[in-house]
Amino acid sequence: MYRYDEFDHDFVQARVAEFSDQVERRLAGEITEDQFKPLRLMNGVYLQLHAYMLRVAIPYGTLNSKQLRMLGHIARKYDKGYGHFTTRQNIQYNWPALSDMPAILADLASVEMHAIQTSGNCIRNVTADHFAGAAADEVADPRPYAEILRQWSSVHPEFSYLPRKFKIAVTGAKRDRAAIQVHDIGLHLKKDETGALGFAVYVGGGQGRTPIIAKKIRDFLPEEHLLSYITAIMRVYNLHGRRDNKYKARIKILVHETGVEEFTRQVDAEWAHLKDGELALPEADIRAISTYFAPPALVARPEGDEALRLARLDSRSFGEWLDQNVVTHKHPDYAAVTISLKGVGEAPGDASDSQMEAVADLAERYGFDEIRVSHEQNLILPHVARADLRAVYDSLVEIGLQTANSNLITDIIACPGLDYCALANARSISVAQEITHRFASLERQRDIGELKLKISGCINACGHHHVGHIGILGVEKKGAELYQVTLGGSGDENTSVGEIIGRGFGPEDITDAVETIVETYLRIRLDSSEIFLDAYRRVGQAPFKEALYGSEAKAA
Amino acid sequence: MKILTANRLSDGEAVWYAADGTWAEAIDLAETVADKLGESRLEAIGKAAYDNDEVVDVNLIDVVVADGVIRPTRLREVIRAAGPTNRTDLGKQARPSARHA
Repeated sequence: MYRYDEFDHDFVQARVAEFSDQVERRLAGEITEDQFKPLRLMNGVYLQLHAYMLRVAIPYGTLNSKQLRMLGHIARKYDKGYGHFTTRQNIQYNWPALSDMPAILADLASVEMHAIQTSGNCIRNVTADHFAGAAADEVADPRPYAEILRQWSSVHPEFSYLPRKFKIAVTGAKRDRAAIQVHDIGLHLKKDETGALGFAVYVGGGQGRTPIIAKKIRDFLPEEHLLSYITAIMRVYNLHGRRDNKYKARIKILVHETGVEEFTRQVDAEWAHLKDGELALPEADIRAISTYFAPPALVARPEGDEALRLARLDSRSFGEWLDQNVVTHKHPDYAAVTISLKGVGEAPGDASDSQMEAVADLAERYGFDEIRVSHEQNLILPHVARADLRAVYDSLVEIGLQTANSNLITDIIACPGLDYCALANARSISVAQEITHRFASLERQRDIGELKLKISGCINACGHHHVGHIGILGVEKKGAELYQVTLGGSGDENTSVGEIIGRGFGPEDITDAVETIVETYLRIRLDSSEIFLDAYRRVGQAPFKEALYGSEAKAA
Repeated sequence: MKILTANRLSDGEAVWYAADGTWAEAIDLAETVADKLGESRLEAIGKAAYDNDEVVDVNLIDVVVADGVIRPTRLREVIRAAGPTNRTDLGKQARPSARHA
């Protein structure tokens, strides 16, 4: 993975010193809250319901053991013993004191981490496929490009005060696991007919109160033009993006209002005089960054097949975990492992200090020192020998992280919601908890099959409900929580925005509604190979509407 | 009825303005006001405390008082006064002094 050079170290240290000074001056009353707020936001410090919140950047979700251990240490020393992994592949702490921020940032800097640009109207943490560098279906590792974008966008003077926040995601496989079409810019790394690397460029996607699917404005951008072309997009946005209305300030609105053709023309016009200038990426630089992401030396471990055959016979629960949470690796003797942070009754994405440390130990011992955070709020060990999977599983059992539910109905994305968030209108975690209890039976979950359920506690859609196969949006109505259900959303290569099925449900009825939807699907599916999303796309809303509201529709 | 709430600058702790002139960590101690005059007074106190860098995010919120217990009308403020509903081991609700409404 990427290692800081001298410049990076100096840059982060300087920022820690600068922000520490700002915190001290704030606490001493030398600067006002109005002056301080934009400064703290630039350093990932929010004020939430119960306390401050610190959001720490995990570039493209990649961590080493030392870093994950430090995240656990921070949870224990400065927080309440846990952290929350987010859909931006970051981690949030819910309880840190403002007065502890300098010490926390110093600890983070000691392991090459920081909280810069995790908030504010700038380019946020660039996300990537969590199986990058490991996935069997990958054309190339997207992370070197994410790292190039990170370096280029860090305190970029021209793009630090954009009309609104800006999110970029990169995938290196056709199967999109990074939800690139609901990003401000989505990049799909691929090869042309000559074998050269480049990107399909998508612009203007996003969720929030106005969900829009990104438009592809270029089918193949050669890799050397990555920065010049993105700069051209950013310039058009920075110039024409709306600053008069916060709700219309994202690039998706600009692309929508300008029209894709005209927007593309403006980008191309800007690009024409940037293209062959200083932003052109030298081949040597791309390769130099890429060497940081070279795969570990994966020695042959052919004994894995036999070991797994025996382990399956020995333990049914291991076999289920293997089926559900382990995916094919580029190397036939290895696998990528999803460590689910979605146990029954747990808050999606939360991990305790000791769990973080235990996962760090596992990565060190069995995983070539690498951990990923997925945007689906799980942890990943991207390179594990198949022969070691049983040992990894047994260790996960010891720390309660053996839940075998990857991509099943209880593998829920949920924002912190009204239990923590100052912007939320309704709780998300409690809904997720109740649904995981209702569908706790793994046998039942596996019978239902792949089903992505996503919950947001307000229209900002941090819980990605618009792209949930089943999406749940919490709103406040007459002082109470109400949950609106959308069906048919998807955040993959066939992205779609879920459609509202009808009137919302109260907190006591929402789990029943989900169960009704699931039972309806089980009744109408062609066979067990037709997953929920495909069945919904085939039949549409009607049978679900009928099942949810039938009697009342007739009464009316 | 209304009460005055904010978060303490140094650690973000949710606090309520109490009748004894301090910022209390428990909502039970909040001073309630029932008229515009009282609201204006609390607002002035909140502004002064904000200007004085004691607290941030100062708000007057609606509450009902029943059997001597102050209960905010919005769920948001109920959760703020107690702690996350999924972690009753955390926040004010977990403190020995916490009084459960």
